[in-house]
Amino acid sequence: MPGVAAYESAFAELEPSLRASGPAWLHDLRREGLDQFKTLGFPSLKEEEWRFTRTRPIAEVDFRPAEDGRTVDDDAIRARTFDDAGCRRLVLVNGRFSPSLSQNAAASDGLWAGSLAEALRDRGERVRTLLASGARADRQRFASLNTAFLHDGVYIEVADGVSLEAPLHVVHVTTAADAPTMTHPRLVVVAGKNSDAVVIESYFGLGSNNYFTNAVVQIAVGENAGLRHYKIQRESSEAFHVAFQHAALAKSARFSTLSVTMGGALVRNDIHTILDGEGIDARVDGLYLADGRRHVDNHTFIRHAQPHCHSFELYKGILDDKARGVFNGRIYVDPVAQKTDAKQENNCMLLSDEARVNSNPQLEIFADDVKCTHGAAIGKTDDTAIFYLRSRGIPFPEARDLMVYAFASEVLERIELEPLKVGLEADLFEWLMQSRGARA
Amino acid sequence: MLEIRNLHARVEDKEILKGVDLVVKAGEVHAIMGPNGSGKSTLAQVLAGRDTYEVTEGDILINGESVLELAPEERAAKGLFLAFQYPVEIPGVRNNYFLKTALNALRKARGEKELDAMEFLKLVKEKMKALKIDESMMNRSVNEGFSGGEKKRNEIFQMAILDPALCVMDETDSGLDIDALRIVANGVNALRSPQRAMVVITHYQRLLNYIVPDVVHVFVDGRIIKTGGKELALELEKEGYAEVSG
Repeated sequence: MPGVAAYESAFAELEPSLRASGPAWLHDLRREGLDQFKTLGFPSLKEEEWRFTRTRPIAEVDFRPAEDGRTVDDDAIRARTFDDAGCRRLVLVNGRFSPSLSQNAAASDGLWAGSLAEALRDRGERVRTLLASGARADRQRFASLNTAFLHDGVYIEVADGVSLEAPLHVVHVTTAADAPTMTHPRLVVVAGKNSDAVVIESYFGLGSNNYFTNAVVQIAVGENAGLRHYKIQRESSEAFHVAFQHAALAKSARFSTLSVTMGGALVRNDIHTILDGEGIDARVDGLYLADGRRHVDNHTFIRHAQPHCHSFELYKGILDDKARGVFNGRIYVDPVAQKTDAKQENNCMLLSDEARVNSNPQLEIFADDVKCTHGAAIGKTDDTAIFYLRSRGIPFPEARDLMVYAFASEVLERIELEPLKVGLEADLFEWLMQSRGARA
Repeated sequence: MLEIRNLHARVEDKEILKGVDLVVKAGEVHAIMGPNGSGKSTLAQVLAGRDTYEVTEGDILINGESVLELAPEERAAKGLFLAFQYPVEIPGVRNNYFLKTALNALRKARGEKELDAMEFLKLVKEKMKALKIDESMMNRSVNEGFSGGEKKRNEIFQMAILDPALCVMDETDSGLDIDALRIVANGVNALRSPQRAMVVITHYQRLLNYIVPDVVHVFVDGRIIKTGGKELALELEKEGYAEVSG
């Protein structure tokens, strides 16, 4: 089995070019990342955090770093994302920034948005601090692996007091290849004090082959700033997708992150949101769809480190065939974080008898004057409601789809960007039609 | 239009319908009256094709054709409509979308042209006025957060839009105040026609002051025990079910 050794040899091969591609401190960081990954290795099912997710399928494949310089058709991107005409588009092809495919990338008017490699040259010290803090986060082995291969990505910095009109759309494309490839993209978002912005991430692959996306997203939201973040994951059905997202929020920030998982054979998201100031309002939402034998694991962690903050979390899953879902929602309230108001809800709909989900709310509360609630529900479609729809003439398959759609819509309704919402609703219907077709 | 022959149905081991016979012709309005727990609502659900009930004997025919083996949506396509006693709340599905999907599914099943958004809107606006339904209702989720009266009005509104040949109304009057009752009854009366048959299931005589039936049936313990004209309803009101059935 290739395992950790495959990454060591890939690193050794790439090392000369990696070393040459950026400052010395960055390469030290990479080495540190690789060492940490070597120490931690692939997780085993014995570890609490990985109890239900086998990463052996990832360890068994000898992924090679995806080549850069592949050309991608603009139409291919359009076909796989929503109508982003009103957005600034920043495109990564196989983890490398593509200026030609990007539109309206900017380095003016209070916004820096573009290639992370360029930001390293342009805004070195600032980026260095951010990367160094992110790299050491919470013994995240796949994040360490991402750091080991860190060379490019997207860097976004919104200056203090700037409100962006146009959303930023970060597109992660993996091109088709003959052999399994891997990419380790990094997105860094810094929202200055009193700023306001929307960032959307799209992930997808152009081929049907197996590949491995191992993403890290670092977000820092300044005092009284507003940031809305959406992640739309539509990797191809053979792909592995592992992502670590870390958001640090300052006083009075308003932050929302919404993750939609539609693709990938094996998916693991670790979504950490740290409320490190008073008066923060945070939303952590997610929707995941899986059919066939796909496996989708969402681990969320919300830490209330300061008093008077509010967090609301809603995760919904729809599983068909033999798909497997995992949800672990951990909320940690520090002793000082009095008057915390945290609410978590996690619901899953099973469309077949063989689909399964493991749902685990985990509340750790060390303050005494708080309001924390959680609820989890796992169910099938409501027979009475389906009968009601059918009695009005709506055939069973459509009635069932309508119920699934209604279930998912509670999450999709939270999307404030109309073209994105409309695009995802269409995607959802398409997915339902396909899964219906597969069953027939 | 509707013919029920010796219908028996049960849930698990409990027999609820014990030999129902009923013939309703086009243009007629029949009332089925009976005490709580007599099986009236079961009859309504079985007619519409609810699969929690098992039909063990007998038959249901619409226009001479057995519908026993048909799915609920196929019965709807044959012209059957059931106004539910407890209309179901469906969060996340807008009334507008629901009703358009239903209407076009029915039209498609009957080989008629589907309505486009404009044609549908025109139809909806016309029917809404008659039932005093607020337009904002169309953008709300189906029955979600509706008052009892709003839910019942919505059932009759759906009936008006879907234009069924055979209407079965299950306790449509329950939970309505006198004004709402009048609006609902007016809505139903407006749909009376020589081509349409109606079955009104109710516990109280009150509704029948507004929707005057041609025939009244007394339903007790899973079967019809007495049939008469509209005066039978008044008799029931005065004497009670025990007296009439005894």
